[in-house]
Amino acid sequence: MSDRSGQDGALDGLTIAVPRGALFDGTVELLAGLGLDTAELRNNDRKLLFGDIGVITMRPSDVPTYVEHGAADLGITGKDVLLERSSAGAGERGRRQIYELLDLGYGRCMMVFATVDRRNERGEDPAAEALRRLGTMRVATKYPNIANGHLEQTGRQGEIVEVKGSVELAPLTGLADAIVDLTATGTTLRENGLIVREEIVECTARLVANPVAYKLKADQIDGISARLRAGLATGV
Amino acid sequence: MIHPIPSGTRDVLPYETHELRAITDALRAVFERAGYGEVSTPALEYESVFANAPLADTGPAHRVFDGTGAALVLRSDMTVPVARLVATRYPDVAEPLRFCYFAHCYRGVRPQWSQPRELLQAGIELIGLGAPRGTAEALTVLCDALDATGLKDYRVGLGDASLFATMMDRLQIDPSARGGLLEALAGRDFVELERRLASSGASGVDAELLLGTLQRRGGQDVLSAPSGPASEAVAGMRQVSELLEDRVAERVIYDLGLVRSIGYYTGAVFEVYDPTLGVPIGGGGRYDDLLASFGSPRPAVGFALDVERLHIALAGTDRGSTRSPVGRRGTGAVLP
Repeated sequence: MSDRSGQDGALDGLTIAVPRGALFDGTVELLAGLGLDTAELRNNDRKLLFGDIGVITMRPSDVPTYVEHGAADLGITGKDVLLERSSAGAGERGRRQIYELLDLGYGRCMMVFATVDRRNERGEDPAAEALRRLGTMRVATKYPNIANGHLEQTGRQGEIVEVKGSVELAPLTGLADAIVDLTATGTTLRENGLIVREEIVECTARLVANPVAYKLKADQIDGISARLRAGLATGV
Repeated sequence: MIHPIPSGTRDVLPYETHELRAITDALRAVFERAGYGEVSTPALEYESVFANAPLADTGPAHRVFDGTGAALVLRSDMTVPVARLVATRYPDVAEPLRFCYFAHCYRGVRPQWSQPRELLQAGIELIGLGAPRGTAEALTVLCDALDATGLKDYRVGLGDASLFATMMDRLQIDPSARGGLLEALAGRDFVELERRLASSGASGVDAELLLGTLQRRGGQDVLSAPSGPASEAVAGMRQVSELLEDRVAERVIYDLGLVRSIGYYTGAVFEVYDPTLGVPIGGGGRYDDLLASFGSPRPAVGFALDVERLHIALAGTDRGSTRSPVGRRGTGAVLP
């Protein structure tokens, strides 16, 4: 667990892991609303550790790792990241250790199953056609666990192709029959000739906490959580 | 030549062994002084022994068949083997039995998570002494043992495994919704818990009461505040707390939301935290029904410490790493 005791401030001595990328602006707004001095955070996009205000910045998918190991007491990341981690297998030690305290409401996106916007003479999309003729479909995604879980829950066989970059490319080039990806407005999908076939789960930014910090720094964490909740309720 | 070993296992070289030995020696001295005799049991047990215990997903993960076709498992904890031992070797003893152990246990691992497959546990089992006296004794031995290792700032979370089910009954939550609620709680997902409560048909007041209760944790004030549907569990915690000496009581965090993943706990449950480590160092609780499933019903309580995590926490205390803004932490980091 991180310890910055002796330093006062808006975070009450806690350290928070902040995601760079799409959730960054909303998160900085939120922290500013807590009274945190976010000037340097906004202006310096190369610095990673802002020790004096208790902020560490990182890519969203690293947030659960830092929080789970206690390098940060709190963290903010997307539900998509949390789902992708927690759905990876079973077992006591596989069970997620971090606390999910609050739905922060911003960064709203939908995890979708999408294919090329085309149907064959039977009215099947490419994934359905592959499933009928080949018994399986290939699904490209950055979220292999979520994609696997979705196929299992809908009783379909599939082969997951994990890619790191633009997933939209996969069905256009014949690499895959469908994709599972996160979309905010659907614009990128449309521009690439893809269409949403199924909505899997809605994802927003979440406040997470290290399990030991949650017990040992209960007052501070509950205080911040309550202030954030009050802010959300009033729409500030 | 490099010869790999299975993921989640490791070799321990003399320097580390020396430090681990110092820790286990300190623990052993405390356990023995408190009257706990050390026992060993086989690492391999018949699968049927572990099938007696409700372990959910914490059960044995490694199975072998012996020459006769019998299914054997590598033990996943020591509580179940000790329960078997007590039922077999001490079937008619009425007075309390006190045992301690230092043993490797074996768990399943997930790839890429650097989880230990083999972990060294040090613990005690107190058989035949019910709540609250047995619980208070176990907590006292726990704190004495941790003090003896030199760990300074640790705290012990104390909760009650029966609290969730009791509250479900009291608030008359729809039985079909309870599984999902417990799953959300065990997954530490309060967002999902709130959502499921809202759709479970529970009134807004009840939902708020339940959520508020499950998030309540802290000092004595937790026991004195009105506890509504949790009043029985809180009364039980109060009885334990009244038996604790100050040096133990000041370590305790009363935690109405404490959930342990092992299924055989029936009453008080506890967990050990230290500010140098992001994961609990150990835990335990009451398992008053487990001995009955071995045909020898007796109340019981025990705890196990993860010696390697305790070592990491002690090393963190030595290095004063709690002072750095973001120090090196780990769940299974190997020390030089």
